Amino acid sequence: MHPAYSVIFFTTASGMGYGLLALLGLVGAAHGPASTLAFGLTCLAFAFVLIGTGLLASTVHLGHPERTWRALSQWRSSWLSREGVAAIVTFVPALCFGWAWLTPQADHQLVRVLGLVTLVCCAVTVTFTGMIYQSLKTIRQWHHPLVTPIYLAFSLATGSTLLMAIAQGFGRGQVVQSAITAGSLILVLALKLLWWRAIDRDPGRFTMGDATGLGALGEVRQWEVPHTAENFVMNEMGYRIARKHVQKLRRLVVAGLALALALSLVTFARIPALAIPAAVLAAFAAYASAFLERWLFFAEARHVVSLYYGAARA
Amino acid sequence: MTSLPDTSGPGQKKLGLVIDLDTCVGCQACAVSCKEWNTQGYSAPLTDEDPYEANPLGVWLNRIHGYEVEDARGNSRAVHFPRSCLHCEEPACVTVCPTGASYKRAEDGIVLVNPDTCIGCKLCSWACPYGAREYDHDDGVMKKCTLCVDRIYNDNLEPEDRQPACVRACPTGARHFGDLGDPQSDVSKLVAAREGHDLLPDMGYKPVNKYLPPRPRRDASTSPAEPLRLAELAGKGDVMERLFGWLDKVLS
Repeated sequence: MHPAYSVIFFTTASGMGYGLLALLGLVGAAHGPASTLAFGLTCLAFAFVLIGTGLLASTVHLGHPERTWRALSQWRSSWLSREGVAAIVTFVPALCFGWAWLTPQADHQLVRVLGLVTLVCCAVTVTFTGMIYQSLKTIRQWHHPLVTPIYLAFSLATGSTLLMAIAQGFGRGQVVQSAITAGSLILVLALKLLWWRAIDRDPGRFTMGDATGLGALGEVRQWEVPHTAENFVMNEMGYRIARKHVQKLRRLVVAGLALALALSLVTFARIPALAIPAAVLAAFAAYASAFLERWLFFAEARHVVSLYYGAARA
Repeated sequence: MTSLPDTSGPGQKKLGLVIDLDTCVGCQACAVSCKEWNTQGYSAPLTDEDPYEANPLGVWLNRIHGYEVEDARGNSRAVHFPRSCLHCEEPACVTVCPTGASYKRAEDGIVLVNPDTCIGCKLCSWACPYGAREYDHDDGVMKKCTLCVDRIYNDNLEPEDRQPACVRACPTGARHFGDLGDPQSDVSKLVAAREGHDLLPDMGYKPVNKYLPPRPRRDASTSPAEPLRLAELAGKGDVMERLFGWLDKVLS
């Protein structure tokens, strides 16, 4: 599948924003109103800017961005529509939570309820994003039960490293925060390695014989392509990446996540001179890994239609 | 609504194509007539980008592939394979559409895109296993086979022209149009007689269009393996054949 940068930026930036917002909801639920206005505002600004720019970026690849509002109508059947609805609905509890969390006199119980509702809404939105891909039977690498958990885990891990970086910057680093970050990074690594192993082991269920229905007559090979130049189907669905590049890029994703994990462990030392740069670097490393992973998520995916264009299996 | 209409009832009309892989000669006439009709019809325009440059790109709703099939004995044959929308009974391209622009008609099962509400997100093209949809970068919307919905019900055309342009153009009669929901229709009888098949049936989209497999090749059991040499005709047949047989023997 052709990697569209606007979609990669959208899912990773919004994912990081939703992860951060969900964790802020958890912080609010546990501790009540934000400790200081500056800290709270900074956190919320990061979350909303990431979510907002991500959502805006997702409209860039559309043929008719001015019709985006129509995408909210088909939530009964379409995961993409459900995601759009969930993204907008999430703003309601999130803005209410933000207002309550920044108000020192706010009722602790109210902050707790709004925080938990925000957390659930964030998780639901990211789940729907993952389901857009996981629901497509035509792409076996995506039609895998680990795809949505990986989207959720990346959202949590990138959001968590960002929260850790902001908190360290404000001198509010906590062991539990570093532990959540380290744990979520380990989770992402484990899920991603499991998924890679699963897709590498599965050669694909369908052959050119199944695609053409000619398999019963013998072995089917491509003999003449239907057009002399490329077409939309080949460009969009036939994107290929060499196996050796895949392996190199996978190692880079793992290295980035491992670096973020190592840096998050440094923050346990609670030495500000070390912890602040370590946490900031961890956030960058985690986001870069997520971006590269999302690019690979597209580049490694093989669509069934490639069978008509000469692929042996898909 | 991108939720699918209930088309399970008896007597449900399922308009579609039956494509005969035995008689298709790969002449591209169906693809060209499709482009010609649809670039001015419901799907207009079917944009071409850089048509006279090194890398032309254009929207076509019908593509003709060529495959080689080799049997267990090492005999291979060429099969021309037209590929277009199969107007599935359970089309995922419709249910994934976030706007409702992609829809399946309840009355005849034709799958269409409303060009006025399509946002051009391309998700439908990802959901289709058959590569039936092509995005128009210039128009910003998805294009697909309409089964020539603007021909088949068109009272301004002569009755014989009220069928898809590809069917009308086929010089070998390899394309047939009709109601595959009616077991008594010509196309349904043809599918039954020739054991027509679905493409990727295990994916579960229940395509309406059917493909008729190539007929078995003639082999030693149905025709002579080697043509008779003229010399062997000497002494056989009529005067002229005996004369040519004698001449062949003398000269060779």
